[in-house]
Amino acid sequence: MSAADLAAYAGRALAGHRLRSLLSLLGVSVGIAAVILLTALGEGARRYVVDQFAQIGSSFVAVLPGKTDTTGAMPGVGGVPNDLTLEDTRALERALPQVDLIAPFVVATDEVAWRDRRRQVMVLGVTAEFAELRRLSLARGRFLPATELGRGGSLAVLGDRLARELFGNGDPIGAAVRIGGRRCRVIGVLAPRGQQLGMNMDDVVLVPVATGMRMFNRSSLFRIVIDVGPEGDVEAVKARALEVLVERHGEEDVTLITEAAVVDSLSAILDALTLAVAAIAAISLAVAGIGILNVLLVAVSERTAEIGLLRAVGASRRQVLACFLTEAVLLSGLGGAVGLAAGAAGVRILVGIWPALPAAPPAWAIAAAVVLSLAVGATFGWLPARRAAALDPVRALSGR
Amino acid sequence: MIELDRLSRTYEIGGEPVHALVEVTESIAAGEHVAIMGPSGSGKSTLLHLVGCLDRPTSGSYRFEGREVGALAEAELDRLRQRRFGFVFQAFHLVARLDGLGNVELPMVFAQVPRAERRERAHAALEAVGLAHRAGHRPSELSGGERQRLAIARALAMRPGVLLADEPTGNLDTKSGNAVLDLLDRLNGEGLTLLVVTHDPRVARRADRTVILADGAIVRRARREELAQALTEWGLGVEPHE
Ligand SMILES: Nc1ncnc2c1ncn2[C@@H]1O[C@H](COP(=O)(O)OP(=O)(O)OP(=O)(O)O)[C@@H](O)[C@H]1O
Ligand SMILES: [Mg+2]
Repeated sequence: MSAADLAAYAGRALAGHRLRSLLSLLGVSVGIAAVILLTALGEGARRYVVDQFAQIGSSFVAVLPGKTDTTGAMPGVGGVPNDLTLEDTRALERALPQVDLIAPFVVATDEVAWRDRRRQVMVLGVTAEFAELRRLSLARGRFLPATELGRGGSLAVLGDRLARELFGNGDPIGAAVRIGGRRCRVIGVLAPRGQQLGMNMDDVVLVPVATGMRMFNRSSLFRIVIDVGPEGDVEAVKARALEVLVERHGEEDVTLITEAAVVDSLSAILDALTLAVAAIAAISLAVAGIGILNVLLVAVSERTAEIGLLRAVGASRRQVLACFLTEAVLLSGLGGAVGLAAGAAGVRILVGIWPALPAAPPAWAIAAAVVLSLAVGATFGWLPARRAAALDPVRALSGR
Repeated sequence: MIELDRLSRTYEIGGEPVHALVEVTESIAAGEHVAIMGPSGSGKSTLLHLVGCLDRPTSGSYRFEGREVGALAEAELDRLRQRRFGFVFQAFHLVARLDGLGNVELPMVFAQVPRAERRERAHAALEAVGLAHRAGHRPSELSGGERQRLAIARALAMRPGVLLADEPTGNLDTKSGNAVLDLLDRLNGEGLTLLVVTHDPRVARRADRTVILADGAIVRRARREELAQALTEWGLGVEPHE
C-alpha cells in the first residue's frame, strides 16, 4: 500500500469524525506551540546576553583578586590573598605590550551631592582606558585624562541621568560636586548609554582610580580588565598575566576569567534552562498523546466490521496496523504543523511587544517539535493499531 | 479446485468445545455453482470462512488449486483472499464514508494495483453489475439491492476465481433479490465458481447442486432435480424469513 493511499484512506477516516479529530489534534498543537514559544524565549534570553558581550567588542581577560576555585574548595585557603594593586597593573603593562589596553578599576556605592541635591549612585574608580573599554562617548566636556596611574586628582565624570538629576538643564562642567565627602570638579558628562552588563552607565560617577581607592579606603582593585584586541591571543595573554601575578604575589591568589568563558558558562546555563522549559512543555504532549490514544481506541471499536472486511478482501495484519498508525501520525503531525504555526505567530507577537528580546525558536527546537509530534502519534497510536491488526477477521466481520 | 477432507472446526467456549464443523469432506470443481443450506447454527458460515481462508480448520485437510492451505503462511492466505476469493455478505459491509467507486477500489488499494488501472477496473466492475451511474454515490444513497450489487462489484474487482456469498439476498426483497441472483448466475455462466449459503430454497434452486449441513456435518447432497425432496426430508422447505 503506497504512502499516498495510506494517507488518503486514513485522512478520509479522520474526516468522518471532524470534531473528534480536531480536538485531539488541538491537544498536540498546544504542546508543540508551547515548546516553540518557551524555547524561543529561552533562546532570546541567551542571545540577549551574548549580544551584550558582543557590544563590548574584542576579547578580554578579567583579573579578580582571590582564587575562586571551580572545584568547590574553600576560597582563600592558605591565607588572605594579596591585594590586586596598581603596581600589579604596571607590571602587566610592561609584560603585555601587545594588548590593546589594560583598565584597572574599583567600584563602590556612595552619595553624590551638589548644593542641596543628593543622589546615591555607583562610583567607579577608573583610568582613561575605561572609556575605550566600554566604548563610552561624552555628551559634554572631556573624559578623565591619561595620567600616571598613582596620581588621582579630584575630577569626576557624570553619567547622563545623574547629571540631569543634579543640575537639571544647567551646565555641570566646572561645578564642584561632593562624592563621599570629597570635593571633585566635574570635567565631563557621558552620552546616554543605558544598561550595560548589569551596570546602568547613566547612573554612575567616574573618578580617577587612585582617587577612588583613597576615597573608599581600598587597598585592592576590584578588577583589572585586559582588552586583548580583536586579533589577540586570549589564552596566551591569560597565561602570561597569570605568570606575572604569581611571580609578584608568590602564590596563585588571583582568578583570570576570559570573555569566552563567561559567555560560554552563561550560555550553557541559559541553554539548560531552555531545555528544561522545553521538557516541561513536552509533558503536555504526553497528555495530547493520551487524547489520540483514546480517539483511536474508539475508532477501532467503531470500525471493527470494517477491519474484518479489509481482512476479507486480502489486507494483511500489517496493512491494517499501518492504516491505524497512519491515522494517529496524521493527527499528531497535523497538530504539530498547526502548533508550529501558532508558536511562530506567538513568537512574532512577543517580539512585537519586546523588540529588544531577540526571541526565535532554536533550530533544534523546531526539529524536535516535528519529530516529537510524529513520535507522539506513532507511540500512542501503536496500541490501538496493534489491537486492530490482532482482530480475528471472522469475529470482526460479525462486529464482535 | 476445492477439496475438503475431513475438515473440522471446533471453538472453545468457557472450556467447553463447540463443534461448528465436523469432518466435512467435499469437492467443488472450477465453475460449479453450489448452494449450502442447513438450519441456523449448522456451520454454513464457518464452512464458507474456511474455504475463503478467513479462518483455519482445527483438523483435516483443505487443498485449494492443488495446494495444501494448512501449510501456507499467513501472508500466503492474505494473498489468496486478495486474488482468488471474493466475499459477499448478508450485511453488505460497505464502507459508508466511501462512494461506490471508492468501495470497489478498496481491495485493489490494498493489493497495490496502480491508481489508473484501479479506476478503470472499478468502473468496469460497476458496469458489470449495472451500477455505472452510481459510482459517485455513497452506500447510504443506494437501495438494498444496489448495495448488494455494489458489494458484488467489489468482490469482482480483483477478478477472483471463487465467489463466496453468505446469504446474499437475506436482507433484500424478492425483486432486488432476484436481480442479485440473476447477476450471480450470469457471473457463474462466465466461469466464476460460486458458493452460496442460503436459507431460501429459491436461491438454492439456481445452484447446480446443494449441500445440506446439520450440526456441522454434511447430511445430504442434492442435485437441482432432487432439491425439493431433500429439503422436505430435512424440514428446510419453508423459507424461514417469510
Ligand atoms: N467465534 C465463535 N466462537 C464460538 N462459537 C462460534 C463462533 N462462531 C461460530 N460459532 C458456533 O459455531 C456454530 C456454527 O456457526 P455458523 O455461524 O457457522 O452457523 P450458520 O450455519 O452460519 O448459522 P446461521 O444460519 O445462523 O448464520 C454455531 O453453534 C455457533 O454458535
Ligand atoms: Mg451464518
